[in-house]
Amino acid sequence: MPSHDVLIIGAGLAGQRAALAAAQAGASVAIISKVHPVRSHSVAAAGGINAAVSVDDDWRSHAYDTVKGSDFLGDQDAIEVMCSEAPKEVLHLEHIGVTFHRNDSGQLDLRAFGGASVKRTAYVADITGQAILHVLYEQLMKHHETVDRYEEWFVTSLIRGENGDCHGVVARDIRTGRMEVFAAKSVILASGGAGQAFKPTTNGLICTGDGIAQAYEIGACLMDMEMIQYHPTTLVENGFLITEGARGEGAHLLNSEGERFMEKYAPNKMELASRDVVSRAEQTEINEGRGVGPDKSGIYLDITVVPKKRTLEALREIVNIGKDFAGVDITKEPILIRPGQHYIMGGVKTDVDGQAPGIPGLYAAGEVACVSVHGGNRLGANSLLDTLIFGRRSGEHAAERAKHVEMPKVGLEKLHEDEQRIKEIIGRDKSGRRVSEIKDELGTTMNQYVAVYREEEGLQKAHETVRRLKEEAKTAYVDDQGTVFNQDVLGAIELGYMLDVSEAIVVAAIDRKESRGAQFRVDYPDRNDEEWQKHIDITRNGDDVPEISYSPVTITQWQNEERKY
Amino acid sequence: MAEFKLKLRRYNPESGDAPYWQEHTVELEPHRSVLEGILQAKARDDGSIGVRCSCKAAICGSCGVRINGKPGLACHTHLDEALHTAKDGETIVVEPMGNMPVIKDLIVDMDAVHWKKIQRVTPWLINEEPIPEREYVVPRESMVDITQTMACIQCGACVSDCLSMEVDPLFVGPAALAKSYRFVGDPRDAAQEIRLKDLAEDPHGIYDCTHCFKCIEACPKGVAPMSQIMRLRRISGNDYHIVDRNNGDRHERAFVSLIRDHGLLWEAELLPRSYGGDSWFGKFHPSAGAELVSSLPAITKALLRGKVTPMGALKPHNIPAEDLKQVQRIYETVEGREERVEFNLYISGKDEDLAEAPATEEASA
Repeated sequence: MPSHDVLIIGAGLAGQRAALAAAQAGASVAIISKVHPVRSHSVAAAGGINAAVSVDDDWRSHAYDTVKGSDFLGDQDAIEVMCSEAPKEVLHLEHIGVTFHRNDSGQLDLRAFGGASVKRTAYVADITGQAILHVLYEQLMKHHETVDRYEEWFVTSLIRGENGDCHGVVARDIRTGRMEVFAAKSVILASGGAGQAFKPTTNGLICTGDGIAQAYEIGACLMDMEMIQYHPTTLVENGFLITEGARGEGAHLLNSEGERFMEKYAPNKMELASRDVVSRAEQTEINEGRGVGPDKSGIYLDITVVPKKRTLEALREIVNIGKDFAGVDITKEPILIRPGQHYIMGGVKTDVDGQAPGIPGLYAAGEVACVSVHGGNRLGANSLLDTLIFGRRSGEHAAERAKHVEMPKVGLEKLHEDEQRIKEIIGRDKSGRRVSEIKDELGTTMNQYVAVYREEEGLQKAHETVRRLKEEAKTAYVDDQGTVFNQDVLGAIELGYMLDVSEAIVVAAIDRKESRGAQFRVDYPDRNDEEWQKHIDITRNGDDVPEISYSPVTITQWQNEERKY
Repeated sequence: MAEFKLKLRRYNPESGDAPYWQEHTVELEPHRSVLEGILQAKARDDGSIGVRCSCKAAICGSCGVRINGKPGLACHTHLDEALHTAKDGETIVVEPMGNMPVIKDLIVDMDAVHWKKIQRVTPWLINEEPIPEREYVVPRESMVDITQTMACIQCGACVSDCLSMEVDPLFVGPAALAKSYRFVGDPRDAAQEIRLKDLAEDPHGIYDCTHCFKCIEACPKGVAPMSQIMRLRRISGNDYHIVDRNNGDRHERAFVSLIRDHGLLWEAELLPRSYGGDSWFGKFHPSAGAELVSSLPAITKALLRGKVTPMGALKPHNIPAEDLKQVQRIYETVEGREERVEFNLYISGKDEDLAEAPATEEASA
């Protein structure tokens, strides 16, 4: 049985950063990922990473912007940690090889981003996530002797010992179908978000909420689940992401009248207001008949106002996306966009060291986690920062923990259970629905009722649908009977994860009877600090029904104020 | 909505059967990708179709395949485009990538080939010391420059159809050499000369590439691996004066000097110059003799098949004096520049040049 001090699930930015930090602290480390690490969805992050790295900037300004961006739901102690440690982290990345763009004097160049009061986003063209992810993987290759990599292994369960601690995982080698128990003193979940529960989404097919659901399954608490970010600029065509960097470089949003309508919604920051504000503005324009495109369901993003040389150098990827996926030359004409599901602010509740309360030995970092630094709405370019800061902190803390804890003795019960479960799925007769059908219906439902604008009736409908789909998923069948790369059976397991996560999202959205950040309730259009400035925590009770409780928002130095951009 | 016929190469290693073809008809808009076609077939007809994929937007690099015989990303190829290149005009043929063992269906073993080669080039920054307290202060252009190689998504499309690798499986290959340029071009790296010497002296290194352009055509991200290999050669030979034991550097110089002198290649002189340099005594270089002896079968075959005539090979081909002058003027212009000009996707010159350059390059991809 492979045994490690620190076992990391997921090899995106949070996971790889955690692995490197834990290894550097002297722990024995393994990292498991269901895809090759460079395929992880961090690769798609485009615009950049925020840090008050300039001598004219102050991390407190970054922290205030983040608190305001969160619509005062973010925990300020955690935000302080993230923002104050950001400059050091960005310089560390620079030192290990990230090719950040420079200004004319050769220092880090910074670009403007949404919700930020100054330019503080370091970037590599519009492939920042890819550049950082690939550089971290370079470091993993360099440190191959201290970090074991299990690439293309799929985790099927977390294991909780009799004392309540997390003791490891069960995983399946996708290439051979072999199942194995991994014992660990600590497990760090870094398995990303759950965007695939929505259709369309900017997220990759691998973003199926695995870690969130696995932690929920063993009793961890989920927080802020109702907060789903719709990114203001995704292609109408197919939901692909157009980086906020485009607006950072000066691009305009235009309605059917050719107006820069953001004037009405955010007269100061215009297109660079925070994402929830811009997405809502766009949706309002569309709903009121001022949309553009075939069924007036889009908005124009006009990048032609950015100098062409700059576009080709700093927005190269979206030049390609425009050309290859929408047939538009963005240097010459505007491109059709609309708000699209992009990120979930919520996740496994953790403290600032990544520890999940109540389950010693379980950590979470990155999109799977909720510290909560993003609260009701994440600022652009804060997600990369979140993954790296809390990935590192989790790795360091877990390595330290390993010094005081014994290697747990793990039985094989869970292994046998999971083997049985997979066998059962493969053996189902074809009387039920196809997994792909259920997934489709889930995505469409979530995107219809749990989107930019929400109201009670729709949310209730969504909840009923999710409950029904959960039942149907129990008999959903797969075609592949094999063991080598049986993606079909893994798809069935992922569907279960997405359904659990979706239910938590819907239940929290129904519960929060106010509008804050990404949660806008048409039936409760105002922010209600008195009753609702608190986190919604969700745990699972024995009957597979989400149970709601509340925890206070940590406030340190920034008091509530009206949120205007 | 239109109908498209997809023909997929299937292989199930557990069945004991040979690979086979399977056809699916999918209905999608013509500008949807081949990947979406495959995923529709997988969702509707047969969930056992094996294909790696995630982002669907040409950034994660998972879905490298061959479409109608050409390598690329399935998500980056429109169905109508693919139909256009279909050999029979109606069936889009999708196979796994080449040069790598197939695990199942469209899934190949990238670890066994691609990643092994990446590891070969010491793929991490070897820091210039001392490491500064803040960021390294480096020229703006240098970072933009290596962004082109940083943009490689490790999809393996270039490896799939590398002709040199087909002949020499040990060839370090286009992706790994492009990765190497990412460090050689990085002013923060302290080991440029060691890296270059290593790859120049390796018989499977930078001089093992035969300039076939396949990797440039295959790359979905404009990384242009072959161009990066040529830059490694230029930096190695011109800046670090590395003369390798494979005679790669001399061989390249021989080409250059022969064209300058005659306007056309002179085969009989190429070999001695490749070993002995431009000196007349080069002809008597022992390894030139050895190479000549080992090449005799090929030479004989070429003569027998009429590909060369004895006189044609031994005498220089001459071109009209005026044309030769034009050729030499090119040399003067290029060599007269203070700095080498390197084409780079991200660094672009004047605004009006831009629209054309990247577009033509990618049209061929």
